[in-house]
Amino acid sequence: MTKKILIVDDEPNIVMSLEFLMKKAGFEVAVAVDGEEALAQVAKLNPDLVLLDVMMPKKSGYEVCEALRSDPARAAMKIVMLTAKGRDTEVAKGMALGADAYVTKPFSTKELVTQVTSLLGG
Amino acid sequence: MNARSRFALALVVLGLLMTGPFVLTAALLFADAQEAERQALLEIMAPRLPLGALITTFGFILGVVVLRTLFRQYVKGLSSMSEKLRLMLSANRHYRVDAEGPPEVQALAQAANDLAQQRDELLTDVEAQIAHAKQSVEEEKNRLAALMSELALGVVVCNLDGRILLYNNRARLQFKALAQGPTSMAGGALIGLGRSIFAILERGQITHALENIQRRLRKGSSEPVANFITTTRSGQLLRAQMAAVVGTPAEEGGEVPVTGYVLTIENITRSFERETERDQVIHSLSDGSRPALASLRAAVEMLRQHPDMDGPTRERFVGVIEEEATRMSRVLDRTMTEFSDSLKTRWPLEDVLGVDLVAAAAQRLETRLKLPTKTESLAEDLWIRADSFSLLQAITFLASHLQDHYEIRELRFRLSSEGHMAFVDLIWSGIPVSSETLYTWELEPMTVGAEVNPLTLRDVIERHGGEIWYQREKAAHRAFFRLVLPVAATPEVNPEAVAAYQHAGRSESRPEYYDFNLFNFQDSGIDLDRKLSELAYTVFDTETTGLEPSNGDEIIQVGAVRIVNGRLLRQEIFDQLVDPRIPIKPEGIPIHGITEDMVRGQPTIDMVLPAFHEFCTDTVLVAHNAAFDMRFLQLKEERTGIRFQQPVLDTLLLSAVIHPNQESHRLESISERLGINVIGRHTALGDSFVTGEVFLKIVGLLNAMGIHTLRQALDAAQKTYLARVKY
Repeated sequence: MTKKILIVDDEPNIVMSLEFLMKKAGFEVAVAVDGEEALAQVAKLNPDLVLLDVMMPKKSGYEVCEALRSDPARAAMKIVMLTAKGRDTEVAKGMALGADAYVTKPFSTKELVTQVTSLLGG
Repeated sequence: MNARSRFALALVVLGLLMTGPFVLTAALLFADAQEAERQALLEIMAPRLPLGALITTFGFILGVVVLRTLFRQYVKGLSSMSEKLRLMLSANRHYRVDAEGPPEVQALAQAANDLAQQRDELLTDVEAQIAHAKQSVEEEKNRLAALMSELALGVVVCNLDGRILLYNNRARLQFKALAQGPTSMAGGALIGLGRSIFAILERGQITHALENIQRRLRKGSSEPVANFITTTRSGQLLRAQMAAVVGTPAEEGGEVPVTGYVLTIENITRSFERETERDQVIHSLSDGSRPALASLRAAVEMLRQHPDMDGPTRERFVGVIEEEATRMSRVLDRTMTEFSDSLKTRWPLEDVLGVDLVAAAAQRLETRLKLPTKTESLAEDLWIRADSFSLLQAITFLASHLQDHYEIRELRFRLSSEGHMAFVDLIWSGIPVSSETLYTWELEPMTVGAEVNPLTLRDVIERHGGEIWYQREKAAHRAFFRLVLPVAATPEVNPEAVAAYQHAGRSESRPEYYDFNLFNFQDSGIDLDRKLSELAYTVFDTETTGLEPSNGDEIIQVGAVRIVNGRLLRQEIFDQLVDPRIPIKPEGIPIHGITEDMVRGQPTIDMVLPAFHEFCTDTVLVAHNAAFDMRFLQLKEERTGIRFQQPVLDTLLLSAVIHPNQESHRLESISERLGINVIGRHTALGDSFVTGEVFLKIVGLLNAMGIHTLRQALDAAQKTYLARVKY
């Protein structure tokens, strides 16, 4: 069965690449452009992995991550945080809030695919 | 027995002397005579008795007149003279008794004057010797004061109670600059001798720093210093360093007592803001460019890894690359323009007036290189941010190279600016230099004669975030080097403050910024049983629209000066015009010289009173005819909620205490009696100065009368007749 990935980012230019990349890697892809939409999409689609940007309007990536992790039913869902904040403290915060991986922008697309695939047990 | 009752007694004696012998004789005759003789005597005397009484009464009146004249001339005249003699003894040495009245009194006055003359000559001689001895001590003090005033760092010295014993001009200006509020002094005047430092800085922080220092001292630290950063009420950021002032230990090897501390204070608000800006730049260039870079990189990688993608998809990725690249360039451009100042080097630069810099350079070239200089168009009020020392070295270096290699005979300076850039041009006529020459010079150590300098011209230029280039004015057969330096946004110390300071410096022998006698000054409250000479006073005066406070007249000016430790502190003043919101009565204008135009737009009394109240904290109020001024202040109590509850001393009443026999207690008359020069009267501040000096003299005279404490002075003033006049 194809794994579902939800891409959450408010920047269409990066969304375009991520969407293309993940589709090529053989995943089913959905997109949300802000935190609230992300929560709605998760409820609707129940994705296997969320690629989550931190800096977003309405709800930040941290808040979305916290909200998702507070639901035990979604414990198996993987969260990869994508952010423009590269400091150690922010990485620590992301991981502490329950992210499975923390990727700092800019990143290598190849490595991202490898990481996502390994998180999804491929 | 006082003069008045002695006079009454003399009258009684006179009456007895005039009637006594006659009555006695008559009684004796009457007792001696036979019945018939008595009858005859009565018949003869009775009708003539009124005539006798009339003559006696007339004689008595004549006697009274003579007695009164004598009494006036001798007794009253002498007691008035003795008051004046006392004056010569204490307050006013140069006062002389007028030779009036009968010849004997005149002779006495003359003799007293001669004695005084002789005493003065002796005193002058002694004083000269004392002055000579004091001079070296004074010189040392002045050197300290001068050093302090010139320091570019704010310095405040306090005793353990937080009372300020010394502050320098920079500290004054710093705190003045911090002041916010409608009045000319709000906050700024809070720095003052004997005032509490806690009005400016957080008490907790000072105490904490002091504890740290004491702990370090106990551990035997050689540098008992503490640093802290604090914010003021107006939100400015100050960096303070505290060093202990230590006394001598009570016993050999005992604990070193701390008697006070020195605070050096620096306002770092602006440099902190620059630092913050710098952080923002770094942030916007690092984290800020991450999203764009991520999009770019991902798009490029997609294109490379998937060469098989269809045309429209490829076109979209190329579009992303173009868009993100353009956006990044824009962000970079904007950042560099917005934050160019904060990106410049961290070398400490100071604000220098361009013409001052040129003048210093010209003088240096003339003395060092014997090179004549001239100036061309100089931008008069151009302030430059510069490290003036290294900049002067650079100019000297360039000039000496031009002199050595191109034999220039004169160098001209030009000063101009364009936006944020200031141009200092060094112009010469004759042989042109090549740009390559300048490039080589830029990288050489700046050595002039025997003076070796490891810095290069390029270093100096970079320190200023500036540039240098070579340019020719072919038509004029001239060439010049142009040094580009940053223009200072605003001069750090405003010219007005500098002028005020210079004015103060010139008019006074030394600034009254320190008083080490305050080391033992303790306790802030006003204790009625403290000596008059130990208290701090605010001497004030007001000018008003008219003379009837209860009929709606209002204050138009408040002036005040402080007295601490028996000194009038001419730098610690309050001087504020007030908008009365009602017309000023025209008859007053020639006296106080304040017109409607001057008060329009000034703060109202509601804003001035709180500031003035703060200025008066912990001091006794002094005013001439204080009841009048206090009435004005009291009438505002209800509306402003500001109460002046401190004790008030009135120089008018005190003058009546010390000189009850003088007719006039107007400020002019008292000043004249006490030998005080009256300058600048009839401004509130001018009158405060005069009143303050009068008060200081009066304190001396009160002491001579046995009135030492504030309570005694208040009681004595209360008892004078004049105290019963009410406004």
